[in-house]
Amino acid sequence: MLKVIGAAKSFGNRTIFSNFTLKVEPGEFKVLVGPSGCGKSTLFDGLTGVVGLDRGKITWKGKDLTHLRGHAAYMQQKDLLLPWFTLMENSLLPAITGGKKQDRTLAGQRAGRLFHSMGLQGFENHYPAQVSGGMRQRCALVRTLMFERELILLDEPLSALDAITRGELHSLLLLLQSEFNQTILMITHDIEEALILGDTICLLSSCPMDVIEEFTPKSPKPRAFETPELLDIRVRVLERLRTLNSLDLICDPKDPKMADNRGMKINGI
Amino acid sequence: MGSDRFKTNAIAMGIALCFMIIWEMGVKIMDVPVFILPPPSDIALTALVKAPVIWPHALTTLAEILLGICLALVTAVPLAIFMFANPGLERGLTPFLVASQAVPVFALAPLLVVWLGYGMASKVFIAWIIIFFPITVTLLSGLKSCDQEFRVLFSLMGATFFQKLHLLYWPWALPEFFSGLRVGVTVATIGAIIGEWVGAQKGLGYLMIQSNARLQTDLVFAAIVWLTAMGLGLWILVGYIEKKIVRWR
Repeated sequence: MLKVIGAAKSFGNRTIFSNFTLKVEPGEFKVLVGPSGCGKSTLFDGLTGVVGLDRGKITWKGKDLTHLRGHAAYMQQKDLLLPWFTLMENSLLPAITGGKKQDRTLAGQRAGRLFHSMGLQGFENHYPAQVSGGMRQRCALVRTLMFERELILLDEPLSALDAITRGELHSLLLLLQSEFNQTILMITHDIEEALILGDTICLLSSCPMDVIEEFTPKSPKPRAFETPELLDIRVRVLERLRTLNSLDLICDPKDPKMADNRGMKINGI
Repeated sequence: MGSDRFKTNAIAMGIALCFMIIWEMGVKIMDVPVFILPPPSDIALTALVKAPVIWPHALTTLAEILLGICLALVTAVPLAIFMFANPGLERGLTPFLVASQAVPVFALAPLLVVWLGYGMASKVFIAWIIIFFPITVTLLSGLKSCDQEFRVLFSLMGATFFQKLHLLYWPWALPEFFSGLRVGVTVATIGAIIGEWVGAQKGLGYLMIQSNARLQTDLVFAAIVWLTAMGLGLWILVGYIEKKIVRWR
């Protein structure tokens, strides 16, 4: 459904990724895991049109696109709620903007139901400053669903939250897939989170970023992290990361020479 | 919070009181003639007793200031938005905006009175030129200060420029806009007074010139007291409106 083929982006002589390819199937929950600074966010910037890709193709449902504006909903680490609107008004923003506006009453009812399933009922008329970080992020989740798009891009959506709140929100993210039939592409640096949520987990290398291994856990969702299969995958992921590290894979992104050295070492494997 | 506020008020009152006492004592001890420098007690008395004389003049000056503010708002707000929407034009227009401030309006005041007459128009015009600048500059910088992440979010929603302006940029810029407006209303009094000095038939500036010529120094100072009160009142009013509108701060 979503295909990124041969994407390339560099800033000056610093290559972020040179031939990145990714495929997301309809209804899939795909998670990209990688060390911080590996270029995950740049990829998302390319997908959302914040930066242009140097090369490569983005296809959505067979159509070539320059970016996914108008096709994907987006949620990131910051809740990005506007302090001058209530939680309800914030979640209705996608419904009242854009070329084809959604019907106001229908959108309101839909948002009301979403507030209920996200456990936010009763807080519709609160302002963001009056509620907790977890509730703000849940409201951001409602707003993301109010985009009414089939694809959702999640950019480390939970990394600013504490462990307990994050656990609660994991189940809500799973709801996106099971209840609302969304196709999800998420990036994170939290391996546990990736294993609990993802249908497919892509392990990324840095400088240039590439998918070095894919994992597809068979355990049914919702998953507990203590499942032997997940623990086993985690061991493999960590091992993989360690070998990468020993090959000096964590490079200084500001130093293009380092990146070149590393490239040689990879070729030498 | 409450005690802090009380403390700041007490400090302000204390400083004002000390200043008044030193002034009062100094004038009495050195036996300064009243037409050179009247003591604060005289000025206060004149400001109250001569209120019926001062009142119509104050009304004229206030009207000039308020009209200047209104004129500045209806011109500065669209201009700032226009410059924000067209960054190329912003670079082109900025020199002219700065130049409009570099030109000494006070030196031009006599000409303006010739062009626009002895009535209120020339004073409103001077007030407008003075207020216009801080409002445009602060509003523009407020609009431009909006975070990139929010812009991206709105772009992904497919929001048009006017939807973004209405829902995102404008509320975002409001706190800075109000700080500009507050500077504007206080300096606006200067603009109106300058205009009245050069040539007028009414207004606090006119009253000051007239009283000065007749050595009624206490009336000059009384007019200044009224003017200060007006500036202070406008400042407080803008602060109040800001608090009502910018509730999320």
